[in-house]
Amino acid sequence: MTGGTAAGAYGGSGAPTGAYGGTDGTAAGAGAPAGVYGGRGPDRDAPAGAAGGRVTRAGALPAEPYDVVVVGAGVVGTAIARELARYSPRAALVDAAPDVGEGTSKANTAILHTGFDAVPGSLEARLVRDGARRLAGYAAEAGIPVEPVGALLIAWDEEQLAALPRLAAKAVANEYHAARPLTAAELYAREPHLGPGALGALHVPGESVICPWTTPLAYATQAVRAGTDLHLNCAVRAVRATPDGHRLATCRGVLTARHLVNAAGLGADELDRLLGIEDFTVTPRRGQLVVYDRLARGLVRHILLPVPTALGKGVLVAPTVFGNVLLGPTAEDLTDRTATGSTAEGLARLREQGARILPELMDEEVTAVYAGLRAATERDDYRITARPDLRYVTAGGIRSTGLTASMAIAAHVVELLAGTGLATGTPRELPEVRMPALGEASERPYRNAGLIAADPAYGTIVCHCERVTRGEVRDACAATVPPATPDGLRRRTRARNGRCQGFACGPAVQELFERYTGVRR
Amino acid sequence: MSRYADATWGTPVGRRERVVDVLVVGAGPAGLSAAARLAAAGAVRVEVLEREPVAGGVPVHCDHPGFGLRARGLRPVTGPEYARRLAGAAVRAGASLRTGVTATGWAGPRVLDTTGPGGLERITARAVVLATGARDRPRAARLVPGTRPAGVLTAGELQRAVYGYGRQVGRRAVVAGGGPVAAHAVAALRRAGAVVAALATGEPGPGPRTAGAGAPVLAGAVVTELLGRGRLSGVRLRHPDGRETLVRCDTVVFTGDWIPDHELARTAGAALDPATRGPAVDGSFRTSLPGVFAAGNALRGIERAAVAAAEGRAVAGAVLARLAGAAPPWPAGGTPPVRVAAPFRWVVPNRLGGTPGRFLLRPDRPLTDPVVVARQDGRTLARWSPRGTFGPHRSLALPGGWADAADPAGGPVLLAAD
Repeated sequence: MTGGTAAGAYGGSGAPTGAYGGTDGTAAGAGAPAGVYGGRGPDRDAPAGAAGGRVTRAGALPAEPYDVVVVGAGVVGTAIARELARYSPRAALVDAAPDVGEGTSKANTAILHTGFDAVPGSLEARLVRDGARRLAGYAAEAGIPVEPVGALLIAWDEEQLAALPRLAAKAVANEYHAARPLTAAELYAREPHLGPGALGALHVPGESVICPWTTPLAYATQAVRAGTDLHLNCAVRAVRATPDGHRLATCRGVLTARHLVNAAGLGADELDRLLGIEDFTVTPRRGQLVVYDRLARGLVRHILLPVPTALGKGVLVAPTVFGNVLLGPTAEDLTDRTATGSTAEGLARLREQGARILPELMDEEVTAVYAGLRAATERDDYRITARPDLRYVTAGGIRSTGLTASMAIAAHVVELLAGTGLATGTPRELPEVRMPALGEASERPYRNAGLIAADPAYGTIVCHCERVTRGEVRDACAATVPPATPDGLRRRTRARNGRCQGFACGPAVQELFERYTGVRR
Repeated sequence: MSRYADATWGTPVGRRERVVDVLVVGAGPAGLSAAARLAAAGAVRVEVLEREPVAGGVPVHCDHPGFGLRARGLRPVTGPEYARRLAGAAVRAGASLRTGVTATGWAGPRVLDTTGPGGLERITARAVVLATGARDRPRAARLVPGTRPAGVLTAGELQRAVYGYGRQVGRRAVVAGGGPVAAHAVAALRRAGAVVAALATGEPGPGPRTAGAGAPVLAGAVVTELLGRGRLSGVRLRHPDGRETLVRCDTVVFTGDWIPDHELARTAGAALDPATRGPAVDGSFRTSLPGVFAAGNALRGIERAAVAAAEGRAVAGAVLARLAGAAPPWPAGGTPPVRVAAPFRWVVPNRLGGTPGRFLLRPDRPLTDPVVVARQDGRTLARWSPRGTFGPHRSLALPGGWADAADPAGGPVLLAAD
């Protein structure tokens, strides 16, 4: 899909600032006052010189050994790479996909959990709790869209109502103390569009919605700027032990690494097996989701969670940071690790449940339908294990809470890596990262008069549904980790992410993508 | 959510505030025709906002003949030529036509915020005409299951890609949907060098006559699943007899099902018509909001460009009446709705009141020489027997005078087949 783009054509050190010229100018890179867009200058302005790592999508891989190679550039792998970068090893992050966050990380419910309902005492409970705190702070710093909307666990029958006190007690056991019961009247006062028949709820004010696409991109951007190499389109086929560590045979040639981290998500068990380890088996659990138009946003104020019962988990309705409304997910245990398609039955079931939760939602237009696979295993907890003998750490079984827990998982993994002999020492400050203002709650470029005055490209809307400007498309294509496909551009800018799905802007966005990245499809 | 979403952003920092008489949103056939007539009437500042770089609306991307004002004795022209003529007429009449400027939201009644390369503005108007057009419902909105590969388009995107950008779109395509636009999609695909494997109309009736152009028409067949990773590899079809088949293709184009671009109408708080999903309007194209009018395909999905242009001219008359203070006041509680029963899908206008020139009534399925009856509170108001075949892509036009017989304080008027 990347059509033979030369390695090094992208990337931190090679970011082609000023290469485009023409009417777009390079104002954001050269002329725009730093600090206008997002407070600290656009992504492309960041120092990306000699200290930066490389981003490659094709071509030969470096021959010199890395201190650490992290396999898997999802939200967990990118977080690990970022955390590692604080200790300045020679590190690389590799993924089979052409972009970061291309697997489970791009297709989930986009919730920043409190961990109130985790299994108390589990590793997951600890890392979700710690990770939520870390990510909330990081998101504020890096400009990752977050909206602290809070959640309501809604009881629709007596059994669910009876379960609420248990869930409240569980929250306390998980050191979450802000959960409060609501009567039906209080619930309907908070959610006037809720369908009839709800009996009560548990209010969990700490739950937030977050941008699942910006998060791994921010981690990867910061890791690359700190010197980590990012090798994409780089599937690991075999791993051989060497006296110095590992020799990885990839589809792009050989990589050598003293230490190896497995953050391969749905493929984590397979990578383990390449090293002769049998610890768990991934059972992909498919979640289909329906995204409703932004005009539906006024129908819901909180994340509306189902109360888990013996009969199943139910589905949630949640706002998104882009102002859409999400309905889902299904939970289907599969064997095919590539089955990310939606099904007529799945969508019918979601709409049936959605019609009960928020009847008016069913009259709204659907903007997108997608399905993701959670990397469930036969265990009920994360499987994060170190093999000091192999200088190897596996972060496996990270299911739906991986986004929330990512930074805590990363800190835990780096600790375990130190236990396998990786020299860490005193951490350093990482280069700052400030991500584009994608969230509806942020000041987006199209309504930023100062930014448009400095560079009219930010006043030129190319994607009308989502109000994405040409300046933002240009910046994304020149960023430290640029998109490889129009879909990657969509996740970085929202271009084509709206209700018309390209009816009005598709070819224009495609042309800009090709012009600014040099990638032709 | 605030009714005037952008008002929540507080003081309009860096926004230029301006005042006009009439602000027309959308420079398609309806908006341009409205602006031309309004400006020609003189003494009013008429401004047309167009978010695209080129004025003209959908015809800009329809590089095939058939556009024009046959009723006025003019030779039909191509879409782009038609768009140029309409834009030229509006500008010559004195309207200010501003392309590349998007109306992003309301800051108050008849006050719109805009974004363009020249900066942010807040424009206050004495009257606003919403002529924002319609779009194809895309794949997701139709809940077509399957994977999410590249090669899935709407007819609108196809036409822009082929005629606007000269792009290739794929080698082998299926068109999903009926009506004249489906036939134009077949033509656009062939222009771009693609083989059209099938036209699955998804609706009753014979479908367009595209067999001569080399596209097999599968009348009534529905696309039920998309297959392929990375790129589309095929679509599953369900035929009217229940059979399922798989058609290999790398491109699928959805069309024949339209939704008005009604965002500004909704965020203003205008009442929508449940059948059209567009703003409800009376016979003078007045929405439920004083001084806010709507015309063209923003009212209901698509009619021919000439129909939208005629509505643009008609709405201009109603706007001028308002500016002159001659229009009847907006009824406080609204007027009774005009509704439809099967086999009809929608009617425009769909509120009593104003001075309707005609009512466009759209059937759900093919109807030949139908008998249509209008009733209110058990009373028959009118009956028509239009000759011809009408259907999901061809409306009946009912003359407007009958509405005078309706009781403005009565219940809903129902249009049904007899």
